[in-house]
Amino acid sequence: MSINKEKDFGTPASPATATVNLEIDGFKVTVPAGTSIMRAASSIGIDIPKLCATDSIEPFGSCRLCLVQIEGGRGMPASCTTPVAEGQKVITQNPRLAEVRRGVMELYISDHPLDCLTCSANGDCELQDMAGAVGLREVRYNPVETHLNALKDTSNPYFTFDPSKCIVCSRCVRACEETQGTFALTIDGRGFDSKVSPGQNQPFMESECVSCGACVQACPTATLMEKAVIDNGQPEHAIITTCAYCGVGCSFRAEMKGEQVIRMVPNKDGKANHGHSCVKGRFAFGYATHKDRITKPMVRASIKDAWREVSWEEAIAYAASELKRIQAKYGKDSIGGITSSRCTNEETYLVQKLIRAGFGNNNVDTCARVCHSPTGYGLKQTFGESSGTQDFDSVMKADVIMVIGANPTDGHPVFGSAMKKRLRQGAKLIVIDPREIDLVRNSPHVQASHHLKLRPSTNVALINALAHVVVTENLTKDDFAISRCDVASYNKWKTFISDPRHAPEATASITGVPAAEVRAAARLYAQANNGAIYYGLGVTEHSQGSTMVIGIANLAMATGNLGREGVGVNPLRGQNNVQGSCDMGSFPHEYPGYRHVANPETNQLFEKAWNAELSLEPGLRIPNMFDSAMDKTFLGLYVEGEDIAQSDPDIQHVHAALRSMECVIVQDLFLNETAKFAHVFFPGASFLEKTGTFTNAERRISPVRRVMTPLAGYEDWEITQLLSNAMGYPMNYSHPSEIMAEIASLTPTFAGVSYAKIDELGSIQWPCNDDAPAGTPIMHVEEFMRDNGKGLFMLTDYVATQERITPMFPLILTTGRILSQYNVGAQTRRTENNQWHSEDRLEIHPHDAQDRGINDGDWVGIKSRAGETVLRALISGRVQPGVVYTTFHFPESGANVITTDNSDWATNCPEYKVTAVQVTKVTHTSKWQESYQDFSETQLDLLAQGMSHG
Amino acid sequence: MIKTIYVPCDASAVSLGADNVAKTIQTEADKRGIEIQMVRNGSRGLFWLEPLVEVVTGQGRIAYGPVQASDVPSLFDADFINGGAHALSLGLTEELAYLKKQQRLTFARIGITDPVSLEDYLAHDGYRGLNNALAMPPAEIVKNVTDSGLRGRGGAAFPTGIKWNTVLNTPSEQKYIICNADEGDSGTFSDRMVMEGDPFVLIEGMTIAGLAVGATQGYIYLRVEYPHSHKALNTAIGKAYAAGYLGDNILNSGKAFHLEVRLGAGAYICGEETSLMESLEGKRGLVRFKPPLPAIKGLFGQPTVVNNVISLASVPIILDKGGNYYRDFGMGRSRGTLPLQLAGNIKHGGLVELAFGLTLRELLYGFGGGSATGRPIKAVQVGGPLGAYLPESQFDTPLDYEAFAANWTVLGHGGVVVFDDTADMAEMARYSMEFCALESCGKCTPCRIGSTRGMELMDDIINGRDLAKNVPLLRSLCDTLLNGSLCALGGMTPYPVLSALNHFPEDFGIHDHANVA
Repeated sequence: MSINKEKDFGTPASPATATVNLEIDGFKVTVPAGTSIMRAASSIGIDIPKLCATDSIEPFGSCRLCLVQIEGGRGMPASCTTPVAEGQKVITQNPRLAEVRRGVMELYISDHPLDCLTCSANGDCELQDMAGAVGLREVRYNPVETHLNALKDTSNPYFTFDPSKCIVCSRCVRACEETQGTFALTIDGRGFDSKVSPGQNQPFMESECVSCGACVQACPTATLMEKAVIDNGQPEHAIITTCAYCGVGCSFRAEMKGEQVIRMVPNKDGKANHGHSCVKGRFAFGYATHKDRITKPMVRASIKDAWREVSWEEAIAYAASELKRIQAKYGKDSIGGITSSRCTNEETYLVQKLIRAGFGNNNVDTCARVCHSPTGYGLKQTFGESSGTQDFDSVMKADVIMVIGANPTDGHPVFGSAMKKRLRQGAKLIVIDPREIDLVRNSPHVQASHHLKLRPSTNVALINALAHVVVTENLTKDDFAISRCDVASYNKWKTFISDPRHAPEATASITGVPAAEVRAAARLYAQANNGAIYYGLGVTEHSQGSTMVIGIANLAMATGNLGREGVGVNPLRGQNNVQGSCDMGSFPHEYPGYRHVANPETNQLFEKAWNAELSLEPGLRIPNMFDSAMDKTFLGLYVEGEDIAQSDPDIQHVHAALRSMECVIVQDLFLNETAKFAHVFFPGASFLEKTGTFTNAERRISPVRRVMTPLAGYEDWEITQLLSNAMGYPMNYSHPSEIMAEIASLTPTFAGVSYAKIDELGSIQWPCNDDAPAGTPIMHVEEFMRDNGKGLFMLTDYVATQERITPMFPLILTTGRILSQYNVGAQTRRTENNQWHSEDRLEIHPHDAQDRGINDGDWVGIKSRAGETVLRALISGRVQPGVVYTTFHFPESGANVITTDNSDWATNCPEYKVTAVQVTKVTHTSKWQESYQDFSETQLDLLAQGMSHG
Repeated sequence: MIKTIYVPCDASAVSLGADNVAKTIQTEADKRGIEIQMVRNGSRGLFWLEPLVEVVTGQGRIAYGPVQASDVPSLFDADFINGGAHALSLGLTEELAYLKKQQRLTFARIGITDPVSLEDYLAHDGYRGLNNALAMPPAEIVKNVTDSGLRGRGGAAFPTGIKWNTVLNTPSEQKYIICNADEGDSGTFSDRMVMEGDPFVLIEGMTIAGLAVGATQGYIYLRVEYPHSHKALNTAIGKAYAAGYLGDNILNSGKAFHLEVRLGAGAYICGEETSLMESLEGKRGLVRFKPPLPAIKGLFGQPTVVNNVISLASVPIILDKGGNYYRDFGMGRSRGTLPLQLAGNIKHGGLVELAFGLTLRELLYGFGGGSATGRPIKAVQVGGPLGAYLPESQFDTPLDYEAFAANWTVLGHGGVVVFDDTADMAEMARYSMEFCALESCGKCTPCRIGSTRGMELMDDIINGRDLAKNVPLLRSLCDTLLNGSLCALGGMTPYPVLSALNHFPEDFGIHDHANVA
């Protein structure tokens, strides 16, 4: 349920194109064949009473309120389950129907507490509404058996389950099955004893429930209710905005009481999520008002000093003076900045503009450096555009889905649910991952046809082997490749890939994947009507990350799996605005729209527009910034919303680099790890406090709308503007829409984008221009985006990483994410999501654990050539022998103490996914952890001192 | 010459001591040095005479019954193996009036043959229907069934041929035949008798159904409470496979049909065809809404024939003798025969297969011999626990679907349960509500909550509390159940309840009829 009642048609729309004409209560209506009578009636404003039907799930026919009569037909069919028929005449209201509906309602109410006035759903209860609609005035029964004393389950931190209010409509059960695909809920018992049961009659928190909120959303009563609503009452207004967690970019309605967010409710009209959500977006927004939020600007001369709260004027002036001082002393190129994939397009655009035009250099980079920079490179080279090719809905047309190095059910849960739905419909699945992710066999009714459990770092050998099979077994779609791609490159690639060194039999010793499995998987993908590839950081975060992206692109082109629904190459983006931050020119060598800074035409375009002299030299990448800091040539850094001191590899090197800088300016919500090394702190605004746009993994530009006043007074773009003005480069935007107008005027793929159009359409997928005024769901339909319109095949020789196991470091560590926590955890660790995951653990195979005398839960030291940390062990068959795995959500885990400085050859994307380590049983934390603990405590102390004096 | 002795293996006979009788006969024969061949046949369906032992003589089979183990020595003494006179002698089996007056088409072999002997089955006209069907195009098989006028014997009486035709005309790579053998109605046993007494006829019927609609897989959904049927079916299926009557190439025709028995888990609602399919798919037995019809989207979403045991077991004779042969039995739109099951307080309980048209009174008295207690019959519940109670004034209703429907009664699966004048019909009405509450799947609101409220309401009525309010409320609840329920469980519970109320208001404490109207 939600306020500002979204129209509920009762049953899902019919996809049919043929139409049917009928008459409902004397009104003529034409609807697609297969539409329910209920939906047809609703479409002309006739609302038939209903309780078990809602248009997000399939009809069920259980409540029996929606009965109608059909002229010439027998009995009273349920309008939710009865499809329309040509010429049908339907009666939705007459005394007989009213009598039966009242009879049904009377039964409901005979087993329902009559505490409406004090009920949390008061005013937002479909049962209440329907009792009113059918005119129930009396309950004549003297019930003996009831459920009124059923115990409430409050185990979930975000919602309660009160079975005494349950009407057993099964909407929650069906939402869990159909929408989320977890099947955590069922109806236990039968007849009058039927009751909703999480797992096997367990409390919600002990069941398989992933707290996505679909059940709460579906519940028509107070049975499943947000605790925030119980505590605060019903929200009074709602504003549509976009989630700030992962790259799915779900649309939400922020339901408000004044400036207080009561709940985040997934927007039914959201095109990325269609009314679905995950535990993060739905519930984990409390960080925005967490007590750790810093709401006053702060400065200090040295990181050994206590912080000092100052006015915005002073903070801005101090930061500008420091940056100017450093430039004066060490040269123009001695400062730079890092944009954030967490911030809006407008804010990102402004930061890079400040750096290029205000700082006068191109020392701007972004966290995409450490995640999807190889995607940008690889797809730009082959397809001509640095983005995924599809919209999310495309997956519903895929017949074979290949998931490479991604874990959608944890990392991109809402898209993961859509994918699982398609798999339950019968699509086949190939998983390429060193670890057994949930999709392999731990998702109900989903099982991978092939799990190619490769050794970390051997991606390219495997993709080559798959391509080898496709080419040598004549499974290529030559029509497509020849007509759509650069033929010379195709032929050259075919010759290359046909070489026996790429045969699965030859690569098996490298990848560890049996040749027969590779051949079978290649055939399955190549022979699918629609084969779709989805990949994540398991592809990019390697020394050959870019090569692998190219290998994927080659395979998709050779099999003709591009340019239509159901196919494509789809990077699953980690952060909410990775795509956007890349689009907005966050890389040191590219202006917005991926145009090289050295291109004189582009240079002139931007010089003119920005009225500034712009450098033709690409700037420093993040790792180069650190190296230059150590060389004392790069000493001032403006970091907006990124925690490089936790998230970047070889963290001890990062910390040393930060220590050696003279002015580190951090703009963030919290005193994050990087801020502990900072001299200026600008308190930023959360996504709830600002206006702008995010661009998700499917290139969808969605609105972010301010629902509350920024706690520190400014939206982030305003802070950047203040800094820019103080630096002497004037910016005078009065609203982010003006920034978007500027972006649109300078970026061909955004030419048609405006706030007005976003308001009108809800969201827009770029490219959006005169050719595609409403945006582009599927790319490369007629031709590729490359200059000559042809896809380019590139050669992808496998080169082993230098990171190799040795007797000293005999195991490979790889990393990933978990559903309940988000990246560095700055947000989710400040929510109740910790109840699901309160520490990072090291997953280790039973054999490797046995060899080392490690038991489940033991403290183990993980040592690489870069450093050492200590975690608790989790013995698990999900990892293969020789491979260990951990998440990286807690700073004290020090996952990046171990990761090394190896990186992708083309983009410097760190090789996070491959670190040779040794694991041993230990009794106490590592030296690094001890020093981290000391440092962190000192810094928090310095913060407390400043605040108490402020 | 070796003498053949028949002792039924039917569960009803076994429950009356047939196994012990058989064992004792064998022991006694051994002791006396008499060589006998013991055949465990199905039951003739004269339950008050079970265990009914038959011996083969020159005149035909002579019956003795009811036989207990203690009677065996005296039977031998009387030379019963040659048809000798004995107090338990019933004469020639075929001349027993109860049997002789019947028209046994579906039950033609039951009690006569060894149920699990394929040879016996073939020797008694078995698989003639299949042989004919194999020579026909599918549409012609369906036409024979349509022409026969056969209607679903599970209770809904939907024309079988029309159902088959829908499945035939729904294109799909996989179609299914399901036999609903979840015979859960109180007082019914005809399905069980077929499965125990002549399993091949069901297998043959399903195979023909498969050929008719293009289904290659059949499932018999058997209630777990029928272990004897389970065993007999599996034995017969094994033999049918071995002899090429089932499998990928039936009798070298190139046509395939596979058959498997699946056991239910004890829920009445799984006898409802859509719940049955949910259960077969491994899910909770929850009623599905219709449409889509199972014939279009049934088991695993594929076109599926779901037929009752008797419907399918009637198919072989139709294909053997032609649709017209079968159609010549019966009256009105009720064609062929119906195996009626006489139970409850009745003197001669058993199986009576008759062409439609006989009156209920003739059945009760002509076959049943009146009540077992000798007291007047007060009411008869026809059609299982969801069937209406008929008072004496309705006993002249012909056994015909339409005639019953006109009385707001149902023929259903042909179960007839008899009550004498000591029965309290208010208690029976309460029981109907209780049955509904116990067996409700819980999906639809009227049945889920209404059955429990109905039980509570009946308690109030039985205790004489506020009849002026509660009796109209009971009617109102029945109206909600009748019109609002998703399936027949909730939808038909008002039949026994309201018929009891309408015909026997005094049992509800109502003496002023103005209150009941």
